[in-house]
Amino acid sequence: MPVITYREAIRAALSEEIERDPNVVVMGEEVAQFNGAYKVTEGMYEKYGPKRIVDTPISEAGFIGMGVGASMLGIRPVMELMFWSFYSVAFDQIVNNAANVRYMSGGQIACPIVIRGPANGGTNVGATHSHTPENILAHHPGLKVVVPSNAADAKALMKTAIRDNDPVMYLENTILYGEKGEVPDGDITLPFGRANIARLGKDLTIVSYGRCVVHSLIAAEKMKAEKGLDIEVIDLRTIRPLDVDTVLKSVAKTHRVLIVEEQRPFCSVGSHLAAIIQEEAFDELDAPILRVGTIDAPAIYAPPVEKQFQLPNPERVIAGILKVMA
Amino acid sequence: MSKKSSAPAETSALSDVSIAVPSPHATAAANAGLTTEQRIELYRKMVRIRRFEERCLPVYNSGKIGGFLHLYIGQEAVAVGACSLMGNDDHVITAYRDHGHAIAVGMDTKPLMAELYGKVTGCSKGKGGSMHYFAPDLNYWGGHGIVGGQIPLGTGLAYAVKYQGKKGAAMAFMGDGAVNQGAVHEAYNLAALWDLPVIFVIENNRYSMGTSQERSSAGQLGKRAEAYDMKWYQCGGHDIYEVRATLDLALNRARDEFKPAVVEIDTYRYRGHSVADPDKTYRDRKEIEDYRNTKDPLQVFQKQLLHEKVLTDAIIEEIDLAARAEADRAVEFAEASPFPTADDIQKDVYWETDQPKRTSEGRIFFNHV
Ligand SMILES: Cc1ncc(C[n+]2csc(CCOP(=O)(O)OP(=O)(O)O)c2C)c(N)n1
Ligand SMILES: [Mg+2]
Repeated sequence: MPVITYREAIRAALSEEIERDPNVVVMGEEVAQFNGAYKVTEGMYEKYGPKRIVDTPISEAGFIGMGVGASMLGIRPVMELMFWSFYSVAFDQIVNNAANVRYMSGGQIACPIVIRGPANGGTNVGATHSHTPENILAHHPGLKVVVPSNAADAKALMKTAIRDNDPVMYLENTILYGEKGEVPDGDITLPFGRANIARLGKDLTIVSYGRCVVHSLIAAEKMKAEKGLDIEVIDLRTIRPLDVDTVLKSVAKTHRVLIVEEQRPFCSVGSHLAAIIQEEAFDELDAPILRVGTIDAPAIYAPPVEKQFQLPNPERVIAGILKVMA
Repeated sequence: MSKKSSAPAETSALSDVSIAVPSPHATAAANAGLTTEQRIELYRKMVRIRRFEERCLPVYNSGKIGGFLHLYIGQEAVAVGACSLMGNDDHVITAYRDHGHAIAVGMDTKPLMAELYGKVTGCSKGKGGSMHYFAPDLNYWGGHGIVGGQIPLGTGLAYAVKYQGKKGAAMAFMGDGAVNQGAVHEAYNLAALWDLPVIFVIENNRYSMGTSQERSSAGQLGKRAEAYDMKWYQCGGHDIYEVRATLDLALNRARDEFKPAVVEIDTYRYRGHSVADPDKTYRDRKEIEDYRNTKDPLQVFQKQLLHEKVLTDAIIEEIDLAARAEADRAVEFAEASPFPTADDIQKDVYWETDQPKRTSEGRIFFNHV
């Protein structure tokens, strides 16, 4: 199987979908002639031309809203936010128009748009560029939220996203862009709402998604070597829909849960998961559900401090594991 | 007059409309070729909008309509004139003062009234309300509650029309207050930059809620188009012929050359911003009376069509009675219709969950106990 990067996997999905469906258009700031701020769309402009790969002005509200409007008439725009952080200036278009227009029209309108881009801290770009809004997006019924953790999932989930008839928020990660993985050639898709059990175990369940899956797997291997613990790691892949069943099954097996997320604690994806688990599997729990995430402050610039302390990392995951196991 | 209709009529007999007949716009290309039936239909639509909205008032006051009710009374010539120019590939989107546009594009008033009642037979199944009317089958894309938020969407409709190689245009309506929203300016730039066939129609009724144009906006509203190298037009919105003549030019240019434009139309609302607005603090009664007496779009056109001998007193009476009866029937329909059920709340949220079979797995709705 070909080994390609997460970035190349997304590009492969975009390219294949452009070739498959004439209504697919890739749009965003610097996606065409500049080849993408993070090079996800590199080479696509040259290959597919200006009708399919479109550079936009720096007008997130304008072009995201325009994409939403075009999608109502059957275009399938894949809109790049250079950083998901910039969603704040397009927030109205996302939560009032993309998320609501179907409902407010009594189901008469579909809005098959994909909004994609990186959403992560850890690159020392400060508080304005480090938002991870998957919880905020998932709070809005009508939106679907996808956060792939590896190259193969990134490709398959992007294809599913583009074919989906609902608005899909697809959150990437700049630190994962260069990560390689085996990715099947050609047409692969994954249904949303199907988690991946990234590591089988019996002593503790880690529920995670995105880059935190990588931290969790490293921590799990260490705990196996050092303490003989068998830790199960669940990669949610999508936040909405959410594979609750896979999580609950794992909890019924391990009876202990740690949630690892690049989220601040207040109203995070983990808060929501913890609420569901205690509602639906209270009797299975041998210990309180704990969370490892981002320290509750705007993203700090100071590079070593952000990496070591503020963001989740394998060391902090291990500390969390030991606390749940104690 | 229908017995059930307790709403006072805004206009009945012809009063001292000061706009001269014949209308100088009667001979414009857009109007010269109108058949008698088409002229009567333009008049009838304006009357139907007005009688529908007048009929809403007592219903609102009886507590059967919730939320806001923004009436279009006084502005009818704008929506009817504009929408009468639509071809198969032309599209319309507007803000929350959307009843007039809905009737103008051809929506049936029964589901419109039912929507105000929040009934399941409403045009949005009781999920949208007054501000959120939609009829995509009639190329009518709402009905939007966030001031200016619909303008990028309208630009996207135009993008899609052009992308798909169709010859059409989108008309994106907004109020005079909306021009101060950033999203509007972003859309202007995109439309001009990419030659999108969108007409930005500013319905300048001189007030955004209680703030007059003078207190909210620097400079002439339409002129902002110049900064984007967009053509702009200004016209009166009291004579429907003038609205049609002006928008026809802009629409043809959009359809033929993919050129966007801004069209600022002077109009006036007689009622408060919404029905809840006591309308006592920010404008003179006399100003309202002057508009009503001298520029009312229904009266202006009535006078014109009498002059053209298209209308007679008998036809005027027939149209008025029919419009009142139609509004009464809409109320009866709404009254008799059921509300959506609790189960309906989570329908129409996702395309996917409205299909017989889901495309995704996992949980997509999350409920408290
Ligand atoms: C973003 C936003 N801000 C404020 C409001 C509240 N609001 C609703 S209508 C309105 C006035 C808008 O006036 P205008 O654009 O002139 O339209 P008109 O009501 O005259 O048709 C305001 C302030 C809103 N709905 N959306
Ligand atoms: Mg106004």
